Amino acid sequence: MRTLLVTATLLTLLSACSSTPTKEQEGAAVEDRKPTAAAADAAGGQTGKPRPDAGISGKPLDAQTRAVDPLKDPANILSKRSVYFDYDSNLVKDEYKPLVTAHAKYLSQNRAAQLTIQGNTDERGSREYNIALGQRRADAVKQMMTLLGAPAAQIETVSFGEEKPRAQGEDDKAYAENRRADIVYRGE
Amino acid sequence: MIAMARSSSFVRRLVLGLAALLCLAVTLPARAALTIDVVGAGANQISIAIVPFRAEEGLKQGITPVIAADLARSGLFKTVDPGGMVPVPYEPEQVNHPQWRARGADAVVIGSVAPMADGRYDVRFRLMDTHRQTQIAGYAYFVPAAELRHIAHRIADIIYEKLTGDAGVFSTRITYVVKRGSQYTLQVADADGHGAETIFTSNEPIISPAWSPDGTRLAYVSFEGRKPVVYVQSLITGDKRAVANYSGSNSAPAWSPDGRRLAVVLTKDGGSSIYLVNADGSGGATRLVSSSGIDTEPNFAPDGQSIIFTSDRGGSPQIYRAPVSGGAAQRLTFDGTYNVSPRHSPDGKGFVFVQRNGGRFNVAVQDFATRQVQLLTDGRVDESPSFAPNGRMILYAANLGSRGILAAVSSDGRVKQRFLENAGDVREPAWGPALKK
Repeated sequence: MRTLLVTATLLTLLSACSSTPTKEQEGAAVEDRKPTAAAADAAGGQTGKPRPDAGISGKPLDAQTRAVDPLKDPANILSKRSVYFDYDSNLVKDEYKPLVTAHAKYLSQNRAAQLTIQGNTDERGSREYNIALGQRRADAVKQMMTLLGAPAAQIETVSFGEEKPRAQGEDDKAYAENRRADIVYRGE
Repeated sequence: MIAMARSSSFVRRLVLGLAALLCLAVTLPARAALTIDVVGAGANQISIAIVPFRAEEGLKQGITPVIAADLARSGLFKTVDPGGMVPVPYEPEQVNHPQWRARGADAVVIGSVAPMADGRYDVRFRLMDTHRQTQIAGYAYFVPAAELRHIAHRIADIIYEKLTGDAGVFSTRITYVVKRGSQYTLQVADADGHGAETIFTSNEPIISPAWSPDGTRLAYVSFEGRKPVVYVQSLITGDKRAVANYSGSNSAPAWSPDGRRLAVVLTKDGGSSIYLVNADGSGGATRLVSSSGIDTEPNFAPDGQSIIFTSDRGGSPQIYRAPVSGGAAQRLTFDGTYNVSPRHSPDGKGFVFVQRNGGRFNVAVQDFATRQVQLLTDGRVDESPSFAPNGRMILYAANLGSRGILAAVSSDGRVKQRFLENAGDVREPAWGPALKK
């Protein structure tokens, strides 16, 4: 039942979006058809009966009728938000290019979306120098996105340095987990 | 009947809850938040006897124990047992110099406390030289009970100055950040760890606290807005305002010697660069230093004419100096691949910094003129060094196991102190300025 309602709503919305008449107007058009429809009708040899698809252009719906936010869909690369870095490096490795590309594309296609890239470092060394290193990592991801066409105005870069580690511990595994830039959309 | 019981128990819970909240807000620790261990000694220790003041035992806050602890903690004094003298000396004519010399004391401190009619206390002390058999110094103070501990520190400062030639710093304060679980607290305490006050509490990190030159304000970086922003907070009024909150990251505040401006690190124009902003948050930011690399951790010279800072423009983080008026930066450090966190000594003749050696991070000092470097600590991760205002001690953050603690080392490396906090991880210390006399 809900699916029917959703479909009906979507159809109504879609038809409202298009420049063709609404359902109600469709009723009126039965008596008072548009010239093109009438001509086609005449050409088709049928008169009097309304052709169900005459004068309507609809957008095809895919099988999913429920809208899922791609940013949160685990099946969508856009739900992946972290880029990891080698020690002392702010180079975005090849394995993260698809992720960065996907977010860049999302920004280009959604001009109202805004995101922040948060740079992080492992805990070794001066806190303030690590703020600056984390910033470099965030900036490297931003630069890749803007080169791929994402508008710079939609991206802010900040750094947490070593202050907000995801992994506690002083071993290489924890350090590697913390050398990271995270993509966070506004409103999250 | 049941309905009444239910509502009164609710009220009782509410009241208890509120009371608990209030208690959290106003409780000050009964004893020191930080306790201090000392190891090491100065090259030549001065032997001193501190005789309990007349009528001191009636006070809630003793004075001579504070003086004795201050002097012992400096590593420059050896305390001589003051007991068993008959009569107990309170006045200069009662001091038996030959007897004190026989005990090995070079100097003796005597004094008295007397309540005044208006509720204040008359505190007097005299510092006596047992060799010359004369008085070196003597003062009287009239203070309320709440200031007795502070007066004890002031007396210790005078004794220290008369006998060593350097200004004492026992009456100064320090600031540091305590992390307990996910809570961060910015605190200010006396230099001996007593009287800790909470300045700011947050569930997000706080780093880089910096004292204004007059000791009335703290600048610091708070992540409460989910990014680093520089704030200035008055220790007198509690007024807190953001002074650098630009796009990107804002951090590393350093006060100009006139207290009117702060050097800060902003990333708003791409990359970490050093700017000047007004300490009251008015106006914009003026770029101070430019390079193709990271520039951070600025620190003003005492004369306000130059800054030293960390930069990796040469490929690795090193320390540079640049004139505030503009001009080329000069590289200062050349040992190794990681020299950071520079702070000037109060006399402007050198600076303290952190050097990485192998996997360790240690505190070192360098002289501007001779370029000589002296390593002062040997911990695993020593960070955030700052000088005491007399240039004789350096306060820094260290690790005990995996716990963050504060530590101090004398500028010649001989005396070492460890500050232990009751609970929690302590970091980001900064030594406050000397108070105006």
